[in-house]
Amino acid sequence: MVKKTAERIYLGLIFLFLYLPIVVLIVLSFNDSKTRVQWGGFTLKWYQNLFDNSMITNAFGTTIFITLASALLATVLGTLAAIGIHAMRAKNQAIMLGATNIPLLNADIVTGLSMMLLFVRFMDLELGMATVLIAHITFNLPYVILNVLPKLKQCNQNTYEAALDLGATPLYAFFKIIWPQIRAGVFSGFLMAMTMSMDDFSITYFTKGAGVNTLSTMIYTQMKRGVIPEMYALSTILFLIALLLLLAMNFGSSRKEKMKMRERI
Amino acid sequence: MRKLGRQLLAGPYLVWIIGFILLPVVVILYFALTNSEGDFTLSNILAIGDPIHLKALFLSLRLAVVCTVICLILAYPLAMILNKTGRKRQNLIVFIFILPMWMNFMLRILAWRMLLNNNGVINTLLETLGLPTLNIINTSTAVVFCMVYDFLPFMVLPIYNSMARISQDVVEAARDLGAGSVTVFFKIILPLTLSGVISGIIMVFVPALTSFAISDLLGGGKVMLIGNVIEQAFNQQFNWNLGSGLSIVLMIFVVVSMALMSAHDKEGGGAGVW
Amino acid sequence: MSKRLINLENISKSFDGNLVLDDLNLYIRENEFLTLLGPSGCGKTTTLRLIGGFETPDKGRVLFDDKDITALPPNQRQVNTVFQKYALFPHMNIAENIAFGLKIKKKSKKYINDKIKYALKLVNLDGFENRGVESLSGGQQQRVAIARAIVNEPKVLLLDAPLGALDLKLRQDMQYELIRLKNELGITFVYVTHDQEEALTMSDTIVVMNQGYIQQIGTPEDIYNEPTNAFVADFIGESNIIDGLMLEDRLVEILGVKFPCVDVGFGKRRPVDVVIRPEDVELVAPEHGTIEGDVTSLIFKGVHWEIDVMANGYEWLVHTTQMHPVGSHVGIKVDPFNIQIMHKPESSDERAVEMDA
Repeated sequence: MVKKTAERIYLGLIFLFLYLPIVVLIVLSFNDSKTRVQWGGFTLKWYQNLFDNSMITNAFGTTIFITLASALLATVLGTLAAIGIHAMRAKNQAIMLGATNIPLLNADIVTGLSMMLLFVRFMDLELGMATVLIAHITFNLPYVILNVLPKLKQCNQNTYEAALDLGATPLYAFFKIIWPQIRAGVFSGFLMAMTMSMDDFSITYFTKGAGVNTLSTMIYTQMKRGVIPEMYALSTILFLIALLLLLAMNFGSSRKEKMKMRERI
Repeated sequence: MRKLGRQLLAGPYLVWIIGFILLPVVVILYFALTNSEGDFTLSNILAIGDPIHLKALFLSLRLAVVCTVICLILAYPLAMILNKTGRKRQNLIVFIFILPMWMNFMLRILAWRMLLNNNGVINTLLETLGLPTLNIINTSTAVVFCMVYDFLPFMVLPIYNSMARISQDVVEAARDLGAGSVTVFFKIILPLTLSGVISGIIMVFVPALTSFAISDLLGGGKVMLIGNVIEQAFNQQFNWNLGSGLSIVLMIFVVVSMALMSAHDKEGGGAGVW
Repeated sequence: MSKRLINLENISKSFDGNLVLDDLNLYIRENEFLTLLGPSGCGKTTTLRLIGGFETPDKGRVLFDDKDITALPPNQRQVNTVFQKYALFPHMNIAENIAFGLKIKKKSKKYINDKIKYALKLVNLDGFENRGVESLSGGQQQRVAIARAIVNEPKVLLLDAPLGALDLKLRQDMQYELIRLKNELGITFVYVTHDQEEALTMSDTIVVMNQGYIQQIGTPEDIYNEPTNAFVADFIGESNIIDGLMLEDRLVEILGVKFPCVDVGFGKRRPVDVVIRPEDVELVAPEHGTIEGDVTSLIFKGVHWEIDVMANGYEWLVHTTQMHPVGSHVGIKVDPFNIQIMHKPESSDERAVEMDA
């Protein structure tokens, strides 16, 4: 009984630690006072200001665009790659997978800097939306490949050959036979790529150039200048979006998968 | 021969690997090993011996170790409690636990700033209660607080996963053979979760060692980690060769620490179940 | 008779509101090989776990050597368990697995090494000390699990369906191994299985269980030849179970035909269940049979033929060494001694009547 109570208290303290910061942000977002934490009455004006602030809405739009576009392109490229890698001999597979692990294992700051050097000094590209997109696709690819490859390994090789034997073209056989078996892996790879892309700061920071901002880099710049209360309103909205997305996504199984995948490396 | 066609599907990715994974490594190595005139030099690497850089590296290592240890101490009992709760409640608890991770990384830092500021929430609360206020912001303590907050789930989930894989039979067998709770913990549970502990350590230690945003925003310029030194070399001194050299040093530290941990894992009896 | 080592008294146990054991009483004698036999969900494993200390009863007591051990945790009991899926410690080699219990008891290094050698020899795995768990086959892992348990010199060895995961041939070999082990060690074995053949081969005493109640306790011969109710008869081997009418002592009417039998005391004109083993049905020339029928199916089973005979609306199952082609007209004869008469259960609840031996 004592043990049970101790466990409850421990869980309670941990959850307090996890949620206190979030609760603080949410409370402050309704606070009619600019002087930080003094309560000055209830207001919704920071929410109004938020939607009028083009810097924030632009960053929001950029984040959505980069997230969706990089996850989508990484999913297409990564799924094709997984099929190709699956068909390779063991030795070539090992080489490809070794290279795939590099962005996963490397420190974000080093990945970001090395890509920045590549773009600026080697390829003579101007930093901007395109370079951020390339960088995001690059660190999203491993998550897609490592999600799809196990599904391909589970597929029975004979089913594809049986389809060809029965007169199907390779493309028809792929969509009718292989695709249904790997669909779940492709989808969770896509979701994982999205979450990684949405949360990234370091790599975006070094590859974005002057004019472009995602939410992460925009908030970083703002925090260095001094916090504006609209940030609290943004926090509340992003928290609600996260809550809804996570609820919709069947209790966050994809985050857990990501953990498992990182473990496997 | 039919297989060759399918292998070609990996072609675009191969190009991508060469262009955007391997080439950047080559480029950063090139910058690390040359001076601004493009001549070969080791000085950018050896620059880690500079007292300021060395101090930053040691501080990074120290904070990363402290953060990892705190995460481990908090996470292990948490994983045990999680593992014991019933399936239905377990899903709910994992959900509650993961949700804060989905908040934007920067907003989590912002939240800690609001809590720890000299006239922030905690101090305002202490003042109202007539207690002495804390001076945490712009110190290493604030940085560690936020790192633990950010990286704790990376420690809990692998430990929890390895714990969930232990079959109840094995625990009962140990009890049957005379083991009390303490023996069961040290001889069965701990060795069988070692692999989870090790991946948790890697997943917390590496980002803690290499982060620069947290120390930048909560350290007030007073907490210089190796990540901050590198970032400033690029963005303030525009000495890209130096920044690249120090990046290579950091990379070596990451690789060595990971190799050490995984080697230890194998010694530990190969409890690696994945 | 040797003395009673374990007594289970008035044990009740439920999980999530499901009653698994209801007022169960059972004793286990020293040095006997006792088997708890029944379909899954009958409560046999729960009974074993109560003895092992992994469950505590809601009601009732567990006595060991006349001492109440109901609340004693498993690590303090003089019994050891061989688990269904072996439950070997995956992070230890074979020697470390076997030494686990001895190290806790702080035995000397020499003692432990001698014990490991002895135990591995006993289970025919000499020289396996330094092998890893993963490198062993299922049967070998099972032997290690047994070795790990017996080095602690338990007074009782509990075995939870330990052969269930092995293939047929290995299972049969292990049955003889277990009998040999039991004789060499001279300790009590409590064995749980749903496999009636295993139970009949190895046991001194069989406890047949169903839905939380003990159906019958007896020697394998008793259980097979004198099942106390239709459930036991059906569960142990194949049987013809036919509705009958007990006309008077020593005379029963089956399918409209009078059969002499040896049972008495059922009263007059009482509906009963009649059980006849397939090997006890004799096929004779039609004119010599008590009842006549036609062969509908014939299957060669190696040592005997399995024949179905349709007679008076019931399909009789017959095991015989003589071949009777499909379609042949035969007579059925049963020795009065081989006809088992049993009370009909009055409701489905009473089908699972507790019988204390």
